[in-house]
Amino acid sequence: MTADRRGPTSANGSGERPFLDVSDLRVQFPTDDGVVKSVDGISFALERGKTLGIVGESGSGKSVTSLSLLGLHRRADRKGRGGARISGEIWLDGQDLVTASPEEVRRLRGEKMAMIFQDPLSAMHPFYTVGAQIIEAYRVHNKVSKSVARKRAIELLELVGIPQPNTRVDDFPHQFSGGMRQRAMIAMALVCNPRLLIADEPTTALDVTVQAQILDLMRDLQREFDSALILITHDLGVVAELADDIMVMYGGKAVEYGTAETVFRQPEHPYTWGLLGSMPRIDREVQERLSPIRGNPPSLINVPSGCAFHPRCPYTAETGGRSDTEIPLLAATSPGHLVRCHLGPARRQEIFAEQIRETL
Amino acid sequence: MLTFIVRRLFAVVGLLLVVALVTMVIFYEMPQWGGQTPATMAVQYVGKQPSPAAIQGVIHRFGFDRSFPVQYIDYIRTIVTGTTFSDGTQDIACHAPCLGYSFRNYQQVWPTILSDLPVTLSIAVGAGVLWLFFGVASGLASAVRKGSLLDRASMVTALLGISLPVYFLAPLLSLPLAYRWSILPAPGSYVGILSDPGQWFLDMILPWTCLAFGLAALYTRLTRAGMLDVLSEDFVRTARAKGLSERRVIFKHALRAALTPIITIFGMDFATVLGGAVLVEITFSMKGIGFLAITSIQNGDFPMMMGVTLFAAAFIVLANLLVDVLYAVADPRVRL
Ligand SMILES: Nc1ncnc2c1ncn2[C@@H]1O[C@H](COP(=O)(O)OP(=O)(O)O)[C@@H](O)[C@H]1O
Ligand code: SF4
Ligand SMILES: [Mg+2]
Repeated sequence: MTADRRGPTSANGSGERPFLDVSDLRVQFPTDDGVVKSVDGISFALERGKTLGIVGESGSGKSVTSLSLLGLHRRADRKGRGGARISGEIWLDGQDLVTASPEEVRRLRGEKMAMIFQDPLSAMHPFYTVGAQIIEAYRVHNKVSKSVARKRAIELLELVGIPQPNTRVDDFPHQFSGGMRQRAMIAMALVCNPRLLIADEPTTALDVTVQAQILDLMRDLQREFDSALILITHDLGVVAELADDIMVMYGGKAVEYGTAETVFRQPEHPYTWGLLGSMPRIDREVQERLSPIRGNPPSLINVPSGCAFHPRCPYTAETGGRSDTEIPLLAATSPGHLVRCHLGPARRQEIFAEQIRETL
Repeated sequence: MLTFIVRRLFAVVGLLLVVALVTMVIFYEMPQWGGQTPATMAVQYVGKQPSPAAIQGVIHRFGFDRSFPVQYIDYIRTIVTGTTFSDGTQDIACHAPCLGYSFRNYQQVWPTILSDLPVTLSIAVGAGVLWLFFGVASGLASAVRKGSLLDRASMVTALLGISLPVYFLAPLLSLPLAYRWSILPAPGSYVGILSDPGQWFLDMILPWTCLAFGLAALYTRLTRAGMLDVLSEDFVRTARAKGLSERRVIFKHALRAALTPIITIFGMDFATVLGGAVLVEITFSMKGIGFLAITSIQNGDFPMMMGVTLFAAAFIVLANLLVDVLYAVADPRVRL
């Protein structure tokens, strides 16, 4: 996998390690019902200024992935109980976060890497003003007076498009509208100028009209701050315009990984086809707009044998019985385009061209 | 906020009027439904061979010769305006708030309550500090180290605390500490805080401990459950994501949210204790409000019973009001 060490868009062959380099990340939670394999060996890379979209239905391990980047999982003890078992490597700017001490990771959190959460109402403390929460985020990592931090908070609120930031800074989160709250959350994440920004379903809790504004804002800010952005969503439509690379996750694994252009124009994994087919589009008739993938997301405790997607896949008959016995490898079909499926590349391209494209 | 408080104060008055009505029905009317007559009730207050005139006098003093509504209105009016009683030999001026006159111990109700209040107040304040502090501290530690030895030990202690009544705990502690080794004063000893603060403190240790133990146990469980809830909240994860130290995450973010409902429960429990820590006062023979309530019930001292009940009720409804106001101050989402 040396060819894609730098991610699909930024493969450049130089020996230098990418800004963010995740390899073979596994996150497992021991529970009473069994071990939950939430993330099962994913690898990706991302440079500053680039955006990676991680897409998948709920329960595919997207949030667990992002939380492990920030070191926010409670780690299991030496016996492997009471928390997440994490293995693999997460290199951020030359430092491995998996083996770093909790204190080292804490110092990077909010400073070098920051996160925007899904529901800004529950993600902000109800008892502190928006300003106080941004000020706090700034002062953990910057030894400045309260008034300096307050100026910075107002500046950030203005930057993310909050009207009258001078007065709104003293409002409580519940006094903001949903969209304004998410803007404030973004301001809080950006206050220390982080080089890696992770947004976990940042628009899922918002109205459709507000969604577009927030996405525009994130794109502008990412350009301004030149940060690496990981945009997590269950909706391919959200990443269509923003992402440089897209990784499609299913059952804790990457099933397709490539540039956004490739994943949208030449998708090769049956699950990606399903996601594209269930994408709401304005130019489609209402009744044929949504055709969700049949069946349910897999259990991550008893993952289906072979390809985890096989109980829902219409093409299992074409793989000579391998779909439910043998786990397919994530293999390159062209440089920078990885697909995990037993169907041969030629057959996949044929199916897409003949049966899928016209339905999208 | 101000209009809320004023409106609630009116409600408080209305509620107390109802409490007075209900207690009056219970203490004055219900015995008569059970076959008692004013005469049989009055007879207890007169000597061995009561003369009809003496009985009539008592009936008149209690107001049993008037209709119930008149008695009730008289009682309320007396609270506001005061009155003059006659115990048969002399007139006694009873100033507002006049809660009546006890013909049992020849004392006015309100001053008696006021003079017994410091004892109850001593018990309540000390025990309140103890149970709130230890309850919250051990609940917090349990929640943060959930499943650890410390957590399990504190849960067992809490279970013990909840199941041990004061009258069991009191001898358990005082037999060794007070009687065997004389480290602490024996139950029954009490001096006011003003006359000897040091001795007062020593005297109070056992009553405080006995009362606080069970309540601390309850607050341990409340705090633990509340903290566990809050620790899984998104805003705690956000606090961690900002890179705050774990200490700051726990105290400034999680505890701040978990404590708000606990403080309001504390307000109610504290008010209940102020209305008489009955078991502790009886067990340690401390003449506080609870002790007064029990003795006046035993003596059939109607005015005293009425007075103490109203007093305790007033504490609870006022504490309720205070708690609501505090809640609004603590939680910016609540608007009054
Ligand atoms: N702390 C945890 N303990 C046990 N299981 C967990 C934990 N966190 C997440 N999971 C499980 O991991 C799987 C992936 O979850 P998640 O990453 O949140 O999915 P999503 O892609 O919707 O963000 C889910 O099945 C979830 O139940
Ligand atoms: S491996 Fe088989 S089941 Fe899995 S996606 Fe490919 S065809 Fe479908
Ligand atoms: Mg998620």
